[in-house]
Amino acid sequence: MLRCTDLQRYLGQGEGRVHVLKGVSFEALRGQIYAIVGPSGCGKSTLLYLLGLLDQPDGGQIAINGQTMSNNDDAARTAARGAHIGFVFQFHFLMLEFTALENVMMPMRKLGRLTPPQMAERAHELLASVGLADKTHRLGTQLSGGEQQRVAVARALANSPSIILADEPTGNLDVKNSAMVFDLLTRLAKDHGQAVILVTHNPDIANRCDFVRPMRDGVFI
Amino acid sequence: MSPNLLIAYRFLTAKKRAMLMSLSCTVLGVGLFIVTQATTSGFEEFFIKTILGTDGAMRVEDKMQDTIRSMNAGGGSDFIISHREGVKYIEGVEEPKLVIGGLNQFANVSGTSAVLRGNVVVRSSFKNETAQVFGISLEEHLKVSDLQHQIVQGDLATFRESPAGALMGKVLAERLELDVGSSFLLDAQGQLRRYRVSAIYETGVSDIDKTRVYVHLGEARSLLKRPTGVTFIQINLFDKDRAPQDAYQMQEVLKHSARPWQDREKAWLSAFRALSVSSAITVSVFTLIAGLAMFNTLAMIVLEKTKDIAILRSMGYERRDITQIFLWQAGIVLTIGAVVGALVGIIGTFAVSKIPLPINGIFKTETFQVSWSGWHYFEAILTAAILVMAASIIPARRAARLEPGDIVRGTAQ
Ligand SMILES: Nc1ncnc2c1ncn2[C@@H]1O[C@H](COP(=O)(O)OP(=O)(O)OP(=O)(O)O)[C@@H](O)[C@H]1O
Ligand SMILES: [Mg+2]
Repeated sequence: MLRCTDLQRYLGQGEGRVHVLKGVSFEALRGQIYAIVGPSGCGKSTLLYLLGLLDQPDGGQIAINGQTMSNNDDAARTAARGAHIGFVFQFHFLMLEFTALENVMMPMRKLGRLTPPQMAERAHELLASVGLADKTHRLGTQLSGGEQQRVAVARALANSPSIILADEPTGNLDVKNSAMVFDLLTRLAKDHGQAVILVTHNPDIANRCDFVRPMRDGVFI
Repeated sequence: MSPNLLIAYRFLTAKKRAMLMSLSCTVLGVGLFIVTQATTSGFEEFFIKTILGTDGAMRVEDKMQDTIRSMNAGGGSDFIISHREGVKYIEGVEEPKLVIGGLNQFANVSGTSAVLRGNVVVRSSFKNETAQVFGISLEEHLKVSDLQHQIVQGDLATFRESPAGALMGKVLAERLELDVGSSFLLDAQGQLRRYRVSAIYETGVSDIDKTRVYVHLGEARSLLKRPTGVTFIQINLFDKDRAPQDAYQMQEVLKHSARPWQDREKAWLSAFRALSVSSAITVSVFTLIAGLAMFNTLAMIVLEKTKDIAILRSMGYERRDITQIFLWQAGIVLTIGAVVGALVGIIGTFAVSKIPLPINGIFKTETFQVSWSGWHYFEAILTAAILVMAASIIPARRAARLEPGDIVRGTAQ
């Protein structure tokens, strides 16, 4: 499904150049949930950006469904993002000038597989599944941080991606909503065979995942 | 609505104030462009109408004699160089009937009038003025001029019926203190004949109104002692714009010089052209500012929306989509600006046409002259489109070049 081998990533320039990822290898399979845990600054987000094809590694390879993606050009990586990957950012979740519903419909509109009424219907369902059925027409600015985060989760699921990458999807949420989001992700993994990779600082959540990958100083330990 | 257009619209409305600057400059630029072009070409068209109504679309005068010199290139070759060394003109049209017959072969000719012209002194009981007498056949001349609409006192019927009748320019009549019905003498090198003012005309062209006296052609022949021939033949055309081509052919066929109005009034016409171009450039400054404001607005939106750009890119939106989103923003401003600007242009043109502005000298009018032409709207909108879209290309491409990875780490610049 998703496989990366010996990923290397340097960040910064000149004196400030840091070796952030020092050879990360990792494999995610259909229907499984993976938790990446580790201290702040160890490189979890950096790894997730690479896996999400938002960034390019300085060494190593990433393959999706057996196809090497990391060395592809921008257009191919963009197309793969739209079709295979749902991404939840750690910060800044929504496009604030748009309603929750519009945010969720945004990836569907680009992919263009559904008709507009079907898109709206699916977006409603997704928002209901993260507990926001009654706030679909709120603008991004009119939602709390946790609500924005849940809309972002719903949006990541919009195109039924085979891989869901979530950078602390429950970071701003209370226990009840954390459980709701996590249950949703588990259900998707089990029912639809999607691979879920999430970063979390929450040990309860990590323990309920199928696999836990502890990370330190740019390597899995 | 396409997602890119929707996103463009929302981005734009989030920056209303900056966008309004660009929009209002587009409106002003388009509106003023239209109004200035409507007035400059309004005056130009009015001028053309006046000159066509006085001196006609074309005049055939002066017989031409080509002197062709041929010479052998020498060296035994039979290569012959021949060139037109120059054209000799013989003043006037000696056989007007023949030439008019030839002119009538041209499908574009709608009327011809043979005119005999001579210098005279007009003597009234009050004073003397030098002037030019024009001998015309009234019915023919009405077909090649607007004379019947230029009569301000008296009437043409009186002139038609009185062999010693004359049509006098308004300024000349005032100087000589002559009214309709007054009599005066024309003095052509000692030859004196008495005429009576049948009507007074006003063309608004001061050079004409202060010098021309129209009499019947037969009278002019006696006065000027020219029993045959005329000075020129004035021609009216169905399609005025084809005058230069027709003139060229007439010269070739009839061997008389033929001068189209475009050539005759070149000085004035190029002055009008220069005026219209310079006013277009002046008001395009607004459009230029609109372009700069657009650049500024979009550059600002790119900076503020880098995170949104990263989100869009993470969802599969391509570089092309990002470029499109920013070009759409310029397109929206441009479309609204063009529509509102065109409305401002219509209202402005209408309002300006009501402004009183008495002009006399090169033509006569009481108000601003305007011309309604779709071309002005097209040119105004095209100018705005080029400037505004050109200004938005750089920010749009900058936005598209942003790397999503750099944005999410906060290192995008
Ligand atoms: N632009 C940069 N230049 C240099 N170093 C950077 C840059 N961006 C991030 N880093 C460094 O890379 C390391 C990994 O960052 P990353 O965001 O992946 O950490 P993280 O594990 O997600 O931490 P957190 O749990 O706090 O989100 C950090 O030590 C950070 O200081
Ligand atoms: Mg992080």
